Amino acid sequence: MTVSVKIFASLREDLGIDGANIRSSDNMTTLDVWKRLTDKKPPDNLLCAVNHQYAGFDSAVRDGDEVAFFPPVNGG
Amino acid sequence: MHIKICPETFNPWSEVADYPARSKMKPGSYGACSVFVGFMRDFNLGDKVRYMELEHYHGMTEKLLTDYAEKVHQQYALAELLIMHRVGTIYPEDPIVLVAAWSAHRAEAFDGCRDMMEYLKAKATFWKRESLEHSEDQRWVDNRKAMP
Repeated sequence: MTVSVKIFASLREDLGIDGANIRSSDNMTTLDVWKRLTDKKPPDNLLCAVNHQYAGFDSAVRDGDEVAFFPPVNGG
Repeated sequence: MHIKICPETFNPWSEVADYPARSKMKPGSYGACSVFVGFMRDFNLGDKVRYMELEHYHGMTEKLLTDYAEKVHQQYALAELLIMHRVGTIYPEDPIVLVAAWSAHRAEAFDGCRDMMEYLKAKATFWKRESLEHSEDQRWVDNRKAMP
């Protein structure tokens, strides 16, 4: 399966990438996607989403999903 | 109900004034309108701020706001709800966010507007990066240090 990954805000600068396509023959969780993306430990305040919905780090991802990682939000 | 992410500046007061006619709300059908407008300050955390860049996650931001606005609309029996939020380069005094709630009575308008705004602050996928005066430095704003 293939999932597309998006990275936002300060996390994008910390990792030096704004996204990636990750392929796997195994089932993956969002944490697995993170580990495929980088060797860095996930920050304590890291947030994640799958297909535009907040998700946990044990959430399963499926072929074609869009996974996003980002720091705490700050609108308004 | 209308939700708009705005790359250009907007006038919140004319948006509120024009919206009832634009949304086809029946004249006389509402008795209250509660409005919150957030503006950019020229200071933060003891520093002067020249401008800031507001980034969002296109798609997720709109979905989160739409889903929650539908909930608020029903929960508070609102007649209408208008939400606008800037992205891009923003300067001091520019409006950043507008939430306006119309209802039959004031309690629902106040409560619906506040509920929507608090959700937006806590969950909507926006991020701010400030450019400081007398400095080339830019810094990401940490919401946990913000005043309520």
